Amino acid sequence: MKKRKPNDLVLQTVTKVVSFLIILFSIRMFFAGHYEPGGGFIGALMTSAALVLLLLAYDAKTLSTILPIDYKIITAIGLVFAIGTGVGGVLFDVPFLTHAYDKFYLPLLGEQTLHSALIFDLGVYLGVIGVTLTIIKTIGESE
Amino acid sequence: MTGVFMGALIVLTISIMMLVIRVVKGPTTPDRVVALDAIGVLLIAIIAVLSMLLSTYAFLDVIILLAILAFIGTVAFAKFIERGVIIQHDRNK
Repeated sequence: MKKRKPNDLVLQTVTKVVSFLIILFSIRMFFAGHYEPGGGFIGALMTSAALVLLLLAYDAKTLSTILPIDYKIITAIGLVFAIGTGVGGVLFDVPFLTHAYDKFYLPLLGEQTLHSALIFDLGVYLGVIGVTLTIIKTIGESE
Repeated sequence: MTGVFMGALIVLTISIMMLVIRVVKGPTTPDRVVALDAIGVLLIAIIAVLSMLLSTYAFLDVIILLAILAFIGTVAFAKFIERGVIIQHDRNK
């Protein structure tokens, strides 16, 4: 008798909707971190939760087809962002990790205040995503 | 109004204690998984009542976060019970 293929139609259809909601929530958490609860760490954990849901509903091969990324490189890029904001302060003759902000006029968004701590937070975000998914994929794929 | 919130909290706490009994003595693993999922939902309700009691918006992110985590945890447990592995390398093999 032929071995039946697993049929996860409900789980896969729910995942297609819910993973986008989780990623939107994580982006909102990331940008809310300056004035409200949230920040780079929890935003990155939510993004990795969406990717873990994709890993659960599909498989590791499908996720590496959707996102052909080496997560160790993502961690390295995050650390470069975090160190880069620190060194950027030194270039302007102020101590290491001194941050600055200014008002900018963005198209569509109007006048917004941009702070260089956001780039540091982006480094934390990329680092946490890289570490979490490296751990999960390394443990999950060992035969 | 505080009395209503405290009453709701007491009812939710009693429900969680009954579910903990099901987690402890549930005869099979699916019983325990369903009880843990229901505990997650009741924790969401408790956080909602607490944020009304403390009159703050700061916990509303925690509610959606707990809902997402309870869903993913339950899916992972269900896949472990059904297949024995949680993350497959190639599901069509």
